[in-house]
Amino acid sequence: MLNSSLLQLGAALRSKKISSVELTQLYLHRIAALNSKLNAYITVNEEMSLVQARAADAQLAQSETHALTGIPIAQKDIFCAMGWRTTCGSKMLSNFIAPYDAHVIEQFNRVGAVNLGKTNMDEFAMGSSNETSYFGTVKNPWGHNAVPGGSSGGSAAAVSAHLCAAATGTDTGGSIRQPAALCGISGLKPTYGVVSRYGMIAFASSLDQAGPMAHSAEDLALLLNVMAGFDERDSTSLQRETEDYARDLNKPLNGLRIGLPKEFFAAGLSADVAQAIEASIAEYKKLGASVVDINLPNSRLSIPVYYVLAPAEASSNLSRYDGVRYGYRAPEYTNLADMYEKSRAQGFGEEVKRRIMIGTYVLSHGYYDAYYLQAQKIRRLIAQDFVEAFKQCDVIMGPTTPTTAFNLGEKNDDPVQMYLSDIYTIAVNLAGLPGMSIPAGFGGNGLPVGLQIIGNYFDEARMLNVAHQYQQVTDWHTRTPQHIEV
Amino acid sequence: MQWEIVIGLEVHAQLSTSSKIFSGASTAFGAEPNTQACAVDLALPGVLPVLNRGAVERAIRFGLAVGAHIAQRSVFSRKNYFYPDLPKGYQISQFDLPIIGQGSLTIQVPTTTTGQTYKKVVRLTRAHLEEDAGKSLHEDFHGMTGIDLNRAGTPLLEIVSEPDMRSAAEAVSYAKMLHTLVRWIGICDGNMQEGSFRCDANVSVRRPGAELGTRREIKNLNSFRFLQQAIEYEAQWQIDTLENGGTIHQATVLFDSDKGETRAMRSKEDANDYRYFPDPDLLPLAIDNEWIEQVRGTLPELPLSKQARYIADLGLSVYDADTLTSSREMADFFEATLNEAPKEAKLCANWLMGDVSASLNREDRDITQCPISPQQLGGMLKRIADGTISNFAAKEVFKILWSNGGNPDTIIETKGLKQMSDVGAMEAMVDEIITANPVQVAEYRCGKEKVFGFFVGLAMKASKGKANPAQMNEILKRKLAG
Repeated sequence: MLNSSLLQLGAALRSKKISSVELTQLYLHRIAALNSKLNAYITVNEEMSLVQARAADAQLAQSETHALTGIPIAQKDIFCAMGWRTTCGSKMLSNFIAPYDAHVIEQFNRVGAVNLGKTNMDEFAMGSSNETSYFGTVKNPWGHNAVPGGSSGGSAAAVSAHLCAAATGTDTGGSIRQPAALCGISGLKPTYGVVSRYGMIAFASSLDQAGPMAHSAEDLALLLNVMAGFDERDSTSLQRETEDYARDLNKPLNGLRIGLPKEFFAAGLSADVAQAIEASIAEYKKLGASVVDINLPNSRLSIPVYYVLAPAEASSNLSRYDGVRYGYRAPEYTNLADMYEKSRAQGFGEEVKRRIMIGTYVLSHGYYDAYYLQAQKIRRLIAQDFVEAFKQCDVIMGPTTPTTAFNLGEKNDDPVQMYLSDIYTIAVNLAGLPGMSIPAGFGGNGLPVGLQIIGNYFDEARMLNVAHQYQQVTDWHTRTPQHIEV
Repeated sequence: MQWEIVIGLEVHAQLSTSSKIFSGASTAFGAEPNTQACAVDLALPGVLPVLNRGAVERAIRFGLAVGAHIAQRSVFSRKNYFYPDLPKGYQISQFDLPIIGQGSLTIQVPTTTTGQTYKKVVRLTRAHLEEDAGKSLHEDFHGMTGIDLNRAGTPLLEIVSEPDMRSAAEAVSYAKMLHTLVRWIGICDGNMQEGSFRCDANVSVRRPGAELGTRREIKNLNSFRFLQQAIEYEAQWQIDTLENGGTIHQATVLFDSDKGETRAMRSKEDANDYRYFPDPDLLPLAIDNEWIEQVRGTLPELPLSKQARYIADLGLSVYDADTLTSSREMADFFEATLNEAPKEAKLCANWLMGDVSASLNREDRDITQCPISPQQLGGMLKRIADGTISNFAAKEVFKILWSNGGNPDTIIETKGLKQMSDVGAMEAMVDEIITANPVQVAEYRCGKEKVFGFFVGLAMKASKGKANPAQMNEILKRKLAG
């Protein structure tokens, strides 16, 4: 059962081979048994999940249902879900019970999916290893000394270890794709604006985008069908015709032009990852694709640009956590300024504070032009590189990360080294393009390698087709970590 | 040596939308604290702003009314600072790309000496949309501060003038004209007590012809009287300081209305660095010509245009035209009255500015609360014009209309107020008066013409005010002459 695809699970539910309550309990038991090791979930609430499962069973008994009705989905703890503690991985919100549903949560509720719990994440989604979470690090199911990646590390680990049928994530600079790669699962960051950000706790508003994390491209397509859609409560949500992201899954890849950016295969890429990626490209050639070399000359600037813009937006987005209305307030203070300072000093972790400081600095009078405005200009150049590239190819491929999962604690003392683990993913967010990562083999240490597929704007259906065809001829996405019993 | 006072005003006009600028919560004033603050206004994690189209439309109306450039593309920015009544830790405002560009406002300034007015054009620098903050309540909480977020997110239009005003009187005229205009075009209720219209004044002084002096900004003046007092005090303080060899430092000051003084709140040195940057949650605001033209089509005739028309077409004086256009409601009342009694513009104006205004003032009402409708008033004035009733009898009709309502013609009929035009009856009355007052008749005939008024009074009284005054005068003159 645990190795089933979402479509198979849905069929099993509809044919009454299993009930939603039984399926939910199955996962809840696994969480009870394994979460103490993996720490993938911050909050599990059996009763609330089972209420939804019972409602789904009632629905399944009567009427026509959605493909995802009754299926337990793990939600990244960045999405507000009514009645659920929603922490964003922070002490600041460790006591915050959301009084409303995020758009993404509403969409899953609408089709009768079960919220299985809230997954661990880097604090306010700021991190690449899930080590900045106030609720402790998440272990990579493929190697317990390895990081799961971040910031959606809890979701990636939960999917990888079969502690849920599928999960949601958010991706500001690689936070879906990088942990998907490091945990050997599939993850998709849609075009900016495809999934509403309403109720998704903001890190860097112009970059944040929610997306699905699952075992296969086919599962991702089903999940994206539920998550996507215009929402008038998010002014950056795009008003487009509804589309079926699964419509092209079975198209052959004959004539597909794959662009390989030379910048993604340069110094810094580890040999084992390079080898796995080259092997997958070879597989694509067998499927009828051709390969073109492309250039993304400005992508080398994406990390500095990102670490100006994302902290700038974050420094402002996180100002609302002031201890006044909700969230953490320092127990003792002498006056208003002291309350702000102590509450924020105690409520935020080191990485969050570092980024607030950077963001505050780059927006300051006298520095704004040199940092923020300059970064915005380069951001446009980076986006323009992709426009040029997509004149020559249909999709762009490369490694999702320069290495397989690094060890817990390995990069904690050197933030720049940590930031470099997102070197191939960040440009995609800066351009607002869709990107995904799918399992593409293993490195020398036995840890998973992710293949990144970047599409043109709104080309999610084609990307899913490209990924699905690969998954028809490979079995990397079906592999299960050896320590995890299924 | 002379000093010149230089003043620029920043006015915050609260826009009259029923919901907030970035959320669906109500903007109604006076509700229980925090009952009109939704998730967006409370800045809960994950919420997002959505721009209220009604606020944009009101800004466009204003731009059109002051002949300003309306930006096809403007940008909302975040102004970052911490304060408990600012839930997000930033205010969404407009910074380098405001919705409304340069415009102008023509004002009438009264002079203290002659009682006359002069015209002046004040240039507007810009106007931009922003959200209001909540309120901090420092009383009643025993050493703590209460926060009411009902006002948080209320739409404001901040209207910035050039430093074109040269006296407190000019500044007050400008503020009053703006106050009239925003109510006129229906974008702001203008209620200053409730804070719907608040002024900040930038004041500096200089020797005529010299460079602009250093300014100090007086914050949050919520009455025209305080605006006048604060500017006068501040300007004099700056002049005294400079004449005593001191220098002015840029600062924000508050006006203490009890003491009548301005007091420094913070200096430039400890001014906040607001770290403005474009709000990534909101797309740039795009306004196309079609929208602008659509709004233009709904704009009422503006005060200046009405004034010119009243003077040129209706033959009213500048003073009358000015008074009748002091508010849109007044002008509407005037025009509706005139509609009933066409060609009687001066008569309508006199009654509106005379008996109607006096009665309203006595009862502390404004024109919208007038118990007499323009149709009733016009109906009565029509009867004065066609000679049915005298002005004297009209006062009686007016009193009845004011307190009991009704149809003026019915009142004239039932109260028997129709003007008397029976010459024989009037002559008989005059004969009786002459017989009864021989002493006064003698005086008159000896050349004491003042006594004539005495006879007029008696005659009108005898006719119960119904006599046609012109006819009665003629008869009196003839009979008294002997």
